[in-house]
Amino acid sequence: MPIALYRIDDRLIHGQVVVGWGQPLELGFIVLVDDDVAASEWEQELYRMGVPPEMSVHFHTVEDAAAVLAAYHASPQVGIVLVGSIDTMQRLVSAASGQIHAVNIGGVHHSPGRTGRLRYVFLTPDEEARLRAIEAQGVEVTAQDVPGARAVPLAEVLTSVSSA
Amino acid sequence: MTADEGQSGGVRGVVAGHGTFASGIISAVEQITGRGRHFVAISNTGLCLDDIQSALVRALDETGARVIFTDLPAGSCTMAVRRLIRERPGVLLVTGINLSLLLDFAMQDDVDPEQAVRAALDRGRASMVVHGVTVPSA
Repeated sequence: MPIALYRIDDRLIHGQVVVGWGQPLELGFIVLVDDDVAASEWEQELYRMGVPPEMSVHFHTVEDAAAVLAAYHASPQVGIVLVGSIDTMQRLVSAASGQIHAVNIGGVHHSPGRTGRLRYVFLTPDEEARLRAIEAQGVEVTAQDVPGARAVPLAEVLTSVSSA
Repeated sequence: MTADEGQSGGVRGVVAGHGTFASGIISAVEQITGRGRHFVAISNTGLCLDDIQSALVRALDETGARVIFTDLPAGSCTMAVRRLIRERPGVLLVTGINLSLLLDFAMQDDVDPEQAVRAALDRGRASMVVHGVTVPSA
């Protein structure tokens, strides 16, 4: 299980990822897939400084990530693939041609136009359609912010209502 | 965002963190020293990175504070402050704080913030000790 999680989280690298998931999984590396961050050395340095020294962070565009996923799967260490948006994950799933079997919605926070589904998941109609499209490719989509929480299936997420 | 302190006068630091960490540690400072009003609390709960950064900018602008304290080096508040500092070079970030550190800073209200931060860091680090176990010598 070298890639333990394909996670959508608009905070990217933060406490829940580094500590909440990182420690129980004994995480060795994070693959951060984001076209903007991949083009900015300053942003990369910012995220590198956010992780403990024993953890490495690799940065890729969606296109580049799809090409190197197999190598990460072959790693002896456990890793997480992290994206900041549903659109990015949809593009990654398509580009990865069947290599991604499950997607975790870890945090999509409130912004105008989004409806509250769970405490940590707010979605626009377009984002809901994109998640359904990911699932239609045979990928299991669940929401789960931390390891101790229940993984909520996409169908349940999309019929839930949360104001928090 | 929770701006627990309504008064802007005398605010010297912004405390930002997970859940109710910030309001909680400020309440402890208030209970011990009566100087909780020198701090403003921000919680990251329910906020994306951009909204956390906006809340921090507002807090700095409204209070004139130059120091931001955060709970966790890899936390989203810390990441947001480090982005913010790029555009505001005069702002100091202190991350991984504890109560001893914040108390020490709170008590140094006639000292330059940077100098107060250095002294508070020493106090905060020194306050963490283990009792009741034997540590084998190297």
